[in-house]
Amino acid sequence: MNRSVGGTLIAGAGLVGAGIAGAAGAVKWLTSKAEGVPGDRTPRNRWLMVTVNCPPGQFPAAGDLPEPVAKLTDRAEVTIRPAPGDRGTELGMRLLEQPPAGVAGVTARLSGADPRQEIRSALRDAKSLIETGEVIKPDEPTTHPTPAGKLFDFATRRAGGEGRL
Amino acid sequence: MKAVCWEGVNKLGIEQVPDPKILNEQDMIVKVTATVTCGSDLHLIGGYIPAMRSGDVIGHEFLGEVVETGPRVTRHKAGDRVVVCSFISCGRCWYCAHDEWSLCDNSNTNSGIAQAAWGYETGGVFGYSHAMGGFRGSHAEYVRVPFADYGAFTVPDGVDDESAVFASDAVPTGWMGADLGGVKPGDVVAVWGSGGVGQMAAQAAKLLGAGKVIVIDQLPDRLSMAERYAEAETINYADTDVQAELRERTGGRGPDVCIEAVGMEAHSPGPQFWYDQAKQQLRLQSDRPTAVREAIYACRKGGSVFVLGVFGGLVDKFPLGALMNKGLTMRGAQQHGQRYIPMLLGRIAAGELQTRHLATHVMPLDEAPRGYEMFKNKEDGCVRAVFRPGA
Repeated sequence: MNRSVGGTLIAGAGLVGAGIAGAAGAVKWLTSKAEGVPGDRTPRNRWLMVTVNCPPGQFPAAGDLPEPVAKLTDRAEVTIRPAPGDRGTELGMRLLEQPPAGVAGVTARLSGADPRQEIRSALRDAKSLIETGEVIKPDEPTTHPTPAGKLFDFATRRAGGEGRL
Repeated sequence: MKAVCWEGVNKLGIEQVPDPKILNEQDMIVKVTATVTCGSDLHLIGGYIPAMRSGDVIGHEFLGEVVETGPRVTRHKAGDRVVVCSFISCGRCWYCAHDEWSLCDNSNTNSGIAQAAWGYETGGVFGYSHAMGGFRGSHAEYVRVPFADYGAFTVPDGVDDESAVFASDAVPTGWMGADLGGVKPGDVVAVWGSGGVGQMAAQAAKLLGAGKVIVIDQLPDRLSMAERYAEAETINYADTDVQAELRERTGGRGPDVCIEAVGMEAHSPGPQFWYDQAKQQLRLQSDRPTAVREAIYACRKGGSVFVLGVFGGLVDKFPLGALMNKGLTMRGAQQHGQRYIPMLLGRIAAGELQTRHLATHVMPLDEAPRGYEMFKNKEDGCVRAVFRPGA
């Protein structure tokens, strides 16, 4: 937990340009989730969760989940449980496979090949599909191909699969 | 089509970009007829929010005419004159359902970036960096409006464009500060900043029954507007000791509710400005929180502080001891516009809220770079520059 909070602060500083701290945070961020034990509830292979604003009684059954999640069920287990109060239903996925670790893990995250990125995107998309019926698409870009722009292209390509789920 | 694009730090250009298209079934396309400068744009233009790309279309406070609707848009049709909330919100996630629209779970296409910065993402915003979704802005001839049934509102007949356009952002933002800041009848409310948002917060506080509203700034023409349209008392911070003035005017208690409408590029006459400026330029802090510090220090014991000004990251010398020991309630938010806009358009139509005076300079879209220079430097009494793409 402490590492998670610290990582968030460092990542925040990185966004606003606090160079050294940001770089250190990036290394920590990349390596912190790079190892995992399949099927175990360990800090390195936890359930990735979203809460969907849909009452448990109206939530799709396990066999009727939206396609982004359904297509991954051979690689990840799925949990569906009521959220407390009026918060809807919690939907989670946890990898069955061994996530890449060490240098391979860092490379996978940077290249978009870390399977947890696909799961995060799938959970976000499934939540939006259940709640709104669609997944919002980004506008077509008007941007110029500058070096800084390429860095942003990279960041935005990864953004859907990263974050704190 | 023509659009105003960010081309680098403090550099704007008029560019030709492809027309927007319907990409989701709940989208619509709006032909922009009025689009406004906002103080928070200056943070983007000046490079204080680094998630901008050369070529990004800026602008988020606008009004226009519906020209095309997606197949699942039911509340609008071509020809409607609509004001569009600057925040894009799905209307059906838990946050939207609980009237916290700017916290929408489903409208930020780059949620991972904002999660890294803030823990959780906000909703998307038009023309407001890739941390907020990377959507095209409104300083253009046309704009795509996602989740159109929830974010666009028909403007009542009889309300002119220059009055209604501020219902997109400045009016609901200011109203929210007073409402969620907890203004009650008889309260003394102090507002830092007399730009568009600060003036709207002052008017809102008055309409919610505040006994006294005090607006703090250093620009005499803006303070005069606050006196005239919000019936506010004013303090020019360049001329006096703000803390002493507030104690004197509140019987020594301090304001009940303090609303900060300044943001990350605050100015002050004292050495703390140079301290904050140096740390910001060295990237040792992202924001200059001068007005937040003042508000916390000035607020009465047990009072409320609401942060409306935009902040991006980390600040230094935050008076946590004052906050804790005085028992303050502190809150902030980007605007939950969809919660307020229909009511606010009604109040504008009824003449209860005065907004048109904010549009001090109206000009064609082609002149936007000059308009931003005037707005940034407060030239010729510029409070807001309104661009008319069709002019």
